[in-house]
Amino acid sequence: MTRPYISWGRYPYKTQEGVDLHWLDQPLPVSSNFLPQGNARSYGDSCMNDGGQVLSTRFLRRFIRFDPESGILRCEAGVQLADILSVVEPQGWFLPVTPGTKFVTVGGAIANDVHGKNHHSAGTFGRHVLKFELVRSDGSKRVCSPTKNSDWFRATVGGLGLTGFISWAEIQLKKVPNSAINLENIKYESLTEFFQISEDSESTHEYTVAWVDCQATGAKLGRGHFSRGNHAKATQPTPEMSGRKLGIPIDPPVSLINSWSLRAFNWLYYHRQGSKRNFTTVNYDPFFYPLDNIGDWNRIYGPKGFLQYQCVVPMEHSESAIKELLERIVKAQCGSFLAVLKVFGDIESPALMSFPRPGTTLALDFPYQGNKTMHLFDQLDNVVKQAGGALYPAKDAHMKAEHFKAYYPDFDQFVSFKDPNISSSFWRRTMEPNL
Amino acid sequence: MKNWIIVGATSAIAEAVGRIWAAKGYKLFLVGRDETKLNSIKADLNIRGADSVNAHLMDVNDFDRHSHCLDSAKAAMGRIDGILIAHGTLPDQKACEASFPLALKEIETNALSVISLCTLAANMFEEQRRGEIAVISSVAGDRGRQSNYVYGAAKGMVSTFLQGLRNRLAKSGVHVTTIKPGFVDTPMTSAIEKGGPLWASAEQVAEGINKAIEKQSNVVYLPFFWWGIMAIIKSIPEFLFKKLSL
Repeated sequence: MTRPYISWGRYPYKTQEGVDLHWLDQPLPVSSNFLPQGNARSYGDSCMNDGGQVLSTRFLRRFIRFDPESGILRCEAGVQLADILSVVEPQGWFLPVTPGTKFVTVGGAIANDVHGKNHHSAGTFGRHVLKFELVRSDGSKRVCSPTKNSDWFRATVGGLGLTGFISWAEIQLKKVPNSAINLENIKYESLTEFFQISEDSESTHEYTVAWVDCQATGAKLGRGHFSRGNHAKATQPTPEMSGRKLGIPIDPPVSLINSWSLRAFNWLYYHRQGSKRNFTTVNYDPFFYPLDNIGDWNRIYGPKGFLQYQCVVPMEHSESAIKELLERIVKAQCGSFLAVLKVFGDIESPALMSFPRPGTTLALDFPYQGNKTMHLFDQLDNVVKQAGGALYPAKDAHMKAEHFKAYYPDFDQFVSFKDPNISSSFWRRTMEPNL
Repeated sequence: MKNWIIVGATSAIAEAVGRIWAAKGYKLFLVGRDETKLNSIKADLNIRGADSVNAHLMDVNDFDRHSHCLDSAKAAMGRIDGILIAHGTLPDQKACEASFPLALKEIETNALSVISLCTLAANMFEEQRRGEIAVISSVAGDRGRQSNYVYGAAKGMVSTFLQGLRNRLAKSGVHVTTIKPGFVDTPMTSAIEKGGPLWASAEQVAEGINKAIEKQSNVVYLPFFWWGIMAIIKSIPEFLFKKLSL
C-alpha cells in the first residue's frame, strides 16, 4: 500500500488528505472541501482534490443483497467490479457493462458513467443502475432511481462525485450462457476498413474494439486488429483463467516507454497474427482486462507519470478526424502503445453529463514529457473541437475550461446539483480557473 | 470446508480473512460487540460464498460470557475446527501513563481476554484432539518501546502465553499460530500518518494469515520482512536502546 489516494496516471501529482469511511451508518466527516473517491483508477485529476480531502470508499466493500433469480445486486459503493465477478460469474451472471479494468468501484463506475466494449449494444454503466443512496454534506440522504429523485439520479450518474457521496448502489446484472467469449480477431489495413468492419459487426457482435498501430503512416494509417466477440454457448467449455500474475515491483527512474520501444512494440504487435482472421474462445478475464494481470502497470511510465487522451468524434466526421489525430500523433513522435478505437452506439445514457455519445472514440496513453505532450494535446484538442467531439473527464488532466463547457453543455443545469462542500482538482480547473 | 470462530470479526484484518474463508465455502461464527456491523459483515460473507454465517454479540471484556460463546459456536456449527482471535485496540500511550485504570483496561482487552478465550478453546480442542488456535499478536510485543509499551506489554504477554500453549498442545494434535503483523492500514491505525513501504493492507495480511494457518506455521511476521526488522530491534543492547526515541 504505497501512495493511496493518487490517481492512476500519477500526473498531475496532487497532495490531499485521505479520509476513509468504514461503515454505511457513519456520518460524513465534517469538512468544507472534500471529494468522494473510489479506487482512484481515474487517470487524471477528476478523482483528486489538491489541498482538500478525499473521502475514500475503499473500505466500504461489502455486498448487501444478491438475488440469483433476478440478478439484482445491492452493494456498498467501494465494492470493485472484480469482487462482483468473483461472486456472480460462477452463478451465470455477468456485468452489464465493464470498462477495461475490473479494479474500479461501483461508486466510481456510476460517477464516471463508464462504458465498455459493448457500448453499441448496452449503452453506459448508468443505464443498468437501478438505484443508489446519495448522502449530501448537509447530512441529507436520498435514494435515487430513474423514477424516484430522478433529477438527482441524472445529475449523479456521470457527476464525477460532485453531487454527494454515493454510499450504496443496486445494479441489474446480465444473464449469460457462458462467461467465455467467442472471439474473432481481424487484422485490418486501413481506417476505411476499420469503419467497414465496425459497421458490419454492430448488429452481429455484442463486443467490439480495435487496437491501432500508432506508428503506421500513409496508406497504412490506422491499421490494427479488430476484435469482436459474443458470449460462448452454454455447451462450450470455459477456458481457465491464467493464474500467472506479473507485476512492476519498482519505479523505474525514467519512462520505459519511448520512441524506440514504441516502434518495436507496435510493429511486433501488429504482426503477431499472420492470418487475416483468427477465431478463438477465450476466458473473459484476458478479453476484458488484458492489463489487470500486470500489477501497477502505470509504473512503466516512470516517476513523471502519464496522461490518457480519450476523445469521441461524431460519426459524420469520424474518419477524417481520427485520421487527422493519428497523423498529428505520428508527426509529434509521441505515439502510444495502448491505442484503442471503438465506434459508440446511439443508446442514450440517463446522465446529464455523460461522455459516450454517437461517434468514434479514440483512447491513447502518453508518457508525460512536459511541453511536448501539452503542445500535442493542444493540437489534438483543436481537431476534436472542430469535429464537434468531446473529451472524457475520467481520463483527463489538461482539458481547457471553454472546451469542457462546450463538450458538456448541460453543465449549467448540473451546477445546481453540486454539493457546496464537494470539489475536485478537475472541477476547479475546468469550472473555476480564475479563482 | 472448515468451521471457524472469528473473535473481533468486525476488525479490518478479521473481515479480510473472513472474505477469503467465505470464498472457500467455510462455516463461520462471527463474534463482535456491534450488532449493525456484525450483520452487515454476515450478509457480505454469505453472498461471498460462506456455507453459513452466524453472528454472536459479545464484548470480549465480559470474561464470564466466553464459555457461553464457545458453546453457542459449537451448537451453531456442530464442530469447531479453529478459532481466530483478532480483536484489539491501540491504546493512547500517554493517557495510559497518566492513568493505571486505563492501562489495566487496555491490558484486559488486548491480553487477558485473549488468554481467557485461548484457555477455553485449548481445553475444548485438547479434548477433541484436534483444532487450530490462531491469534493476532503484534511486532510491538517483541520489545517494549516508550511510544507504546502498554500495548507492547499486552501483546508480549499474548505471544509468551501462546509459546507455552503451543508447547503444551503439541502432543494433542492441536496447533497454535502466533501472528505478528507490522503496520497495517486499518481503522485501528487511522490516527497515524500512512504510506510508504512498511505499510501493508488488511488484505495482504489476511492472505498471510490464511497461508500461515494452512501451513501450520508457529510464528509468522506479516509481511515477512518484519522478522528482519524485529531481529535488529531485539538485538540492540539495552544501554543503547534506552537512549533511542522509538
